[in-house]
Amino acid sequence: MSELKRTPFYEKEIAAGGKMIDFGGWALPVQYEGILKEHKRVRENAGLFDVSHMGEILVKGEEARGFVQSIIANDLDRIGTGQAIYSPICYDDGGTVDDLIVYQIAEDEYFIVVNAANVEKDFDWFCQHAPEGLTVENISSEIAQLAVQGPKAQEVLQRITDYDLSTIKFFHFAANVKLVGSEAIVSRTGYTGEDGFEIYINAKEGPALWDAILDAGKDDIAPIGLGARDTLRFEAKLPLYGHEITKEISPVEAGLGFFIRPEKEAGFHGKAALAAQKEGALTRKVVEFEMVGRGIPREGYPVAVEGKEVGWVTSGMFAPTLGKNMGLAILPKEFTEPGTKIDVIIRGRSVPAEVKKGIFYSKKTKSKKNA
Amino acid sequence: MNIPQELFYSKEHEWVRFEGNKAYIGISDYAQHHLGDIVFVELPEIGAEFAPMTEAAVVESVKAVSPVFCPVAGKVVEVNEALLDTPEKVNEAPYESFLFAVETDGAGKENLLSAEAYAPLCPEEEETL
Repeated sequence: MSELKRTPFYEKEIAAGGKMIDFGGWALPVQYEGILKEHKRVRENAGLFDVSHMGEILVKGEEARGFVQSIIANDLDRIGTGQAIYSPICYDDGGTVDDLIVYQIAEDEYFIVVNAANVEKDFDWFCQHAPEGLTVENISSEIAQLAVQGPKAQEVLQRITDYDLSTIKFFHFAANVKLVGSEAIVSRTGYTGEDGFEIYINAKEGPALWDAILDAGKDDIAPIGLGARDTLRFEAKLPLYGHEITKEISPVEAGLGFFIRPEKEAGFHGKAALAAQKEGALTRKVVEFEMVGRGIPREGYPVAVEGKEVGWVTSGMFAPTLGKNMGLAILPKEFTEPGTKIDVIIRGRSVPAEVKKGIFYSKKTKSKKNA
Repeated sequence: MNIPQELFYSKEHEWVRFEGNKAYIGISDYAQHHLGDIVFVELPEIGAEFAPMTEAAVVESVKAVSPVFCPVAGKVVEVNEALLDTPEKVNEAPYESFLFAVETDGAGKENLLSAEAYAPLCPEEEETL
């Protein structure tokens, strides 16, 4: 396994007791103290995630804005400099190439964060479609990325910087936050359903930043592995490329229609297909469901209605904070109404479940409950 | 890793405790440790019959689904229903948390390991990536 890629935090993770696994060719910790404990920590306090395996692509030049608009399905005109936007990127048939976050550094400069497994594919896709004279650079190996997530994220991170983090609003960023003597991009974004930040810093400064955050955070923070990253994102119904959205499943089918803006002037890949889907030409949809019978739905399990297989589970598990076995499934439109009875086929047995809506975790509902 | 002397073990990390012609079966400390947080167990039906090392139950951690084998031939006479609501007991006290018990003629026992013979199958240190 010596050929696995290592992030700048590899040694730190081993030292912190991380149980390392092969994650798409990267040596990364699946857990430290245990997935459930780590999950709870992020929901109640704060957690530190190494997400340096994610890819970063820099697009720069006079035609950068027009180019990004032609690639992403969301509308860049919804943001300005200092803001970030989430967007799927699609093939012409509406299938998904990837989902990513675009940071507008300047009118002519964009920092684009893509999924680890798709870095090469996305970079090729960009280069293929980039106009001459535009700089498209894969800078993934130069960047370390950490995420600090949880209700105490701001409090902890504020201890190591003079930059007033409260001024960074959701999906905004500052490109000049001084951390451990170096300038970093800090955005209020994340993949857990909690408040928090994602930090991009020069790879060689990474380990010092890791130490600084953990030292300053003391008992309020601990490193979190990929296991809890997945349970947290799942429970907050955040889509995962390769599951809810794939080459075969469009973002509109996945319920991400809000991020698809065919009404924007610029043409983009998949525009016509996605517009038609948004206007009602959908034949299937990703829906929420909860188990009624005993069993944990897992990705790929078939879903049946009245004995006939009609779809499959795209993500499913035990949601730790909600304490429920639940999932997302892609189903033909006629079975997507809340209240529809479905069966998840678990080890050859039909286990009853029900299509529902609004059952996933949101920190708003949590704070209401606590009030 | 805790490996009680008085129990027998399978190579698949089940433990077996014999009481007369009854065999109680659970998963070892090593197995629970490696699975991580257990959030679901599926138990066999009373009366179900199993040949040695056939799949009889399932434990699921947050991330993984793992079969539990019945190490000896037998007919299920008891299941630990309390685990259905408290699967975490398998992590907390693996040797007090039997999953099921079978009435057995002992077939399959010859392939079980003593605590001493089982210990080498539970390396303390994992291979470092």
